[in-house]
Amino acid sequence: MALTPVRTINNLIKNTTPSLYHVAARANSWWSGVEMGPPDAILGVTEAFKRDTNPKKMNLGVGAYRDDSGKPFVLPSVRKAEELILSQKLDKEYLPISGNAEFCKKAIGLALGDDHPALTDGLNVTVQGISGTGALRIGSTFLSKFFPGPKTVWLPAPTWGNHVPIFKHVNMDVQQYRYYDPNTCGFNFTGALEDIRKIPENSLIMLHACAHNPTGVDPKDEHWDELSKVIKERKLLPFFDMAYQGFASGDVAKDAYAVRKFLADGHKICLSQSFSKNMGLYGERAGAFSIICNDKDEAARVLSQVKILIRPLYSNPPLHGSRIVATILNTPELHSIWLNDVKGMADRIIAMRSKLKANLEKEGSVRNWTHITEQIGMFCFTGMTPQQVEKLTKEHSVYLTKDGRISVAGIASTNVDYLAHAMHQVTK
Amino acid sequence: MASSRFCEVQQAPPIEVFAVSKAFTDSTHEKKVNLSVGAYRTDEGKPWVLPVVRKVEQELAADNTLNHEYLPILGLEAFSTAAAKMLLGATHPAITGGRVTAVQTLSGTGGLRVAAEFLGRVLKYNTAYHSAPTWGNHNLIFKQAGFTNIAPYRYWDGGKRGLNFDGMIEDLSNAPENSVIILHACAHNPTGVDPTQEQWKKIADVMEKRKLFPLFDSAYQGFASGDLDNDAWAVRYFAERGFEMMGTQSFSKNFGLYNERIGNLMVVVKDTACIVPMKSQLTLLVRGSYSNPPCHGARIVSRVLNDPALFEEWKGCIRTMSGRIIEMRKGLRERLEKLGTPGTWDHITAQIGMFSFTGLTAAQAKHIADKYHIFLLSSGRINMCGITTGNIDHVAEAINDAVCNITN
Repeated sequence: MALTPVRTINNLIKNTTPSLYHVAARANSWWSGVEMGPPDAILGVTEAFKRDTNPKKMNLGVGAYRDDSGKPFVLPSVRKAEELILSQKLDKEYLPISGNAEFCKKAIGLALGDDHPALTDGLNVTVQGISGTGALRIGSTFLSKFFPGPKTVWLPAPTWGNHVPIFKHVNMDVQQYRYYDPNTCGFNFTGALEDIRKIPENSLIMLHACAHNPTGVDPKDEHWDELSKVIKERKLLPFFDMAYQGFASGDVAKDAYAVRKFLADGHKICLSQSFSKNMGLYGERAGAFSIICNDKDEAARVLSQVKILIRPLYSNPPLHGSRIVATILNTPELHSIWLNDVKGMADRIIAMRSKLKANLEKEGSVRNWTHITEQIGMFCFTGMTPQQVEKLTKEHSVYLTKDGRISVAGIASTNVDYLAHAMHQVTK
Repeated sequence: MASSRFCEVQQAPPIEVFAVSKAFTDSTHEKKVNLSVGAYRTDEGKPWVLPVVRKVEQELAADNTLNHEYLPILGLEAFSTAAAKMLLGATHPAITGGRVTAVQTLSGTGGLRVAAEFLGRVLKYNTAYHSAPTWGNHNLIFKQAGFTNIAPYRYWDGGKRGLNFDGMIEDLSNAPENSVIILHACAHNPTGVDPTQEQWKKIADVMEKRKLFPLFDSAYQGFASGDLDNDAWAVRYFAERGFEMMGTQSFSKNFGLYNERIGNLMVVVKDTACIVPMKSQLTLLVRGSYSNPPCHGARIVSRVLNDPALFEEWKGCIRTMSGRIIEMRKGLRERLEKLGTPGTWDHITAQIGMFSFTGLTAAQAKHIADKYHIFLLSSGRINMCGITTGNIDHVAEAINDAVCNITN
C-alpha cells in the first residue's frame, strides 16, 4: 500500500523528533468510531423527574419498592439476618463457581417447595446468578450453546425490555406471542393460545411466573392449566422468569402456582429467580438459575457445562446477598418474619391499587379502571396513550414510561388522591 | 417426555485449579498442604479478613442511612474514581486531564469480560494475545466474547526460569495492528516473573510502533511489592507515553474481598469527547449481562480508599501480606539451596507476588501430591501463601525429593 502524504510526514517527524511522532501517530483515537448507544427509557424518566421542581411530583417510573413515605425499605428480616451474619465473623473466601450452596438449595426450595421430588431426587441444576438478570444470562448462554431446538426464544408481548438483549447478546433470535390485550387491559388468553399453537415444536418459550412485567397482567390458574397443556403438546421448553415470588399476592406458594403446576404436568423447566424485590436486596444481586433435568447423571453433566460458561463471565458470584437470603430461609424465626415483611409489601401495593381505582371513580371518571385492581405486582398498565402520558408528565409532574406503565410501589397514601385527579384530567 | 433435550450434553473437562483444591480438601493426611488456589493465607494457614475490612463492615452495618437500592449500571462512582486514582496516581496527567473513565465490574474477571465484549463488539477487534503461559481464564474470556484469533506471545523461559524477553518482543513485533495485548501489570500469574522497567519501555516501543492495544490486568497492586506505586509503574508508564488503553483491577487479593467480586475497568482515552458514547455502550453490555453490580464490596473499598486514616491502615495490611510472602520465598530458596537440590533456585526470590513457577514438571507435581499430600498445579505453579513457617521444611523436602528422583 502506497504511503499517503500524511504517513510520509509522520515518518519524517519520527526520524527527527520522537516525541512529536508519538502525538502525530496517535492523532486518530481508537474510540472515534464509537456510536452513542440508545438512552435507557426508564432511567430517562428518573433523570427528568429529578430535574422537576414541582413539590407534588411523583416518580412512577422505576421498579423498586417504596414504603408509604416514599422511601426505600430495608426489610426487618434482612436487618436481622445481617446482624447475625456480622456476628459470625465468617471469611471472604471465593464461592464455588456455582455459588453459595445453601443459598441455591433454599432458593429452589422456595420456588418448588423444599420437599419437591425433583429436588429430593437431585434432578435440579441450581446455580447462583447475579440476580435475575444474571440468572437469565446464564440461562440464555447455556441454551444458545446446548439447546437442541431452534435458537429462538418466544417472549410474551410485551415483556421486560432487558429480555431482548439478554438473548440477542448470545446470538439468539427473539419472537413474540400475544399476551396483553389493550382492549381489556387484561390477558389475551385466546390470542396467546393461538400463537403458542403455531410456535415450531421443540422451541423455547419464556413465561413470567407471576406479576408480569410491565403489564401486571397474570393468567388465572385455569389459564395456566391450559397453557401447560398446549405447551406440552408443542413440546416446548418453558423458561420461567420469577422475579416476584411472594411480592405479587403476598403468598409464596400462590405466586409459584404456574411453576409448580408445569412441573407437576411433567415439564422439565428452566427457571430464573430474583431476590431483589421480595427481599429488597436489589443492589446485592441475589438470584438463581435452575434447570430441571431428566436424571442425576444429566444434571451433573449440565452443571459442569454451566460452570464452564460462568467462569469467563465473572468467575464466581458475590456472597453478601446470597448469605442474607440463605440465612433468612434457613432460620425459622427469620423466615417467619420475612413472610410477614413480604406480605406487608404486597398488601400495601394492593391497597394502593384499590385506593387509586376508588379515587378515580370518585373523581367522576367513567372509564373502566377494573384492570388496576385486577392486575398484580409492582406494575400497572394503565391503558393511557403516549399523548395522555405526556400530558400527565408535563402538566402534573407525574413521571412514568410512555407505554402507560406505572410503578404502584411509587404511590403513597399521601399522593394517591393527587394521582387519581391527574389521571382523570388527562383521560376524561 | 421419553428422552431429554439435554441428553447430548457432555461432561465438561474439570478446571484444574478447582480439581486440585478439591483433592486437597478430600485428603485426610495430617501434613497436607494446599499450594494450588490463589488466595492469601496467614502463617497459621488460615484465610485472613483484613482488620480494616471488618472495621468498615461494622461501620456500614451500623449506618442506618444505608439501604440495598440498585447501584447505577456502571456501579458506584465514588469507588471507580478512587480505584482509578489508586492505579494511575491521583496526579497523573491523564487523570488531571479528564481523560480517564472507570466503571465498577465483577472483580477482575468481570472487568476483563466487559473489556473484551467492548473491544470485540463495539470496536470490532478480533485478535488478542496473551502471555505463554497466562491465567487460564484469559483465553476463555476472550473466546466467549467473540474473539476469533487468540494467540500466545512468548513469555516464560523454562531454561533460565525467567522472562523470554527477546521472544516476547519478536512475537509482539509480528502482531497485526489493533491486536489486544493482555499484559499483567505486576506479579504475573502464574509465573511471578515481571519485566524490568527497561524491558517495559521496549515493550511500549513495539506496541506503539505496531499500533497494538494494551489491556493491563492488575490483580495484585500493592500485594506484589507492598508498595502501590511500585506495582503500578508499568500501567502509569504506558499512560504517560500517551497510549490509549484499558486496565482491569481486582480487589480480591489486595483487600481480601475475594467473594464480594469487587473490581474496576479503567479506560484512558485521548479525546474526552469519546467518554460519554463509550460509557453508553458499556452500559448496554452490562445491562444485558447482569444489569448492575453488587454494592457491598464497592462500599467497603470506596470507604477505605476515600478515607485517609483507613487508607493508611489498609496499606499496612498489604505490607503485612506481601511481607509474609517475601519471607516465605526467602525461606524456601534457602532451604532448597541448603539441601543441595539440583538446579538453580534464585528464581524463587526473583519472582514476585502470590505465585511461583517452580520449574517442577507435571510428573514431579504428581509425585509430590501422591507422596506428600502437597497439592500444586501440573504447571509447577505454587501459591506461596500456602507455605507457612510450620510447613516450609516439609515443602522444601518434598520438592527436593521430586527433583532428585522424578525425571521427565
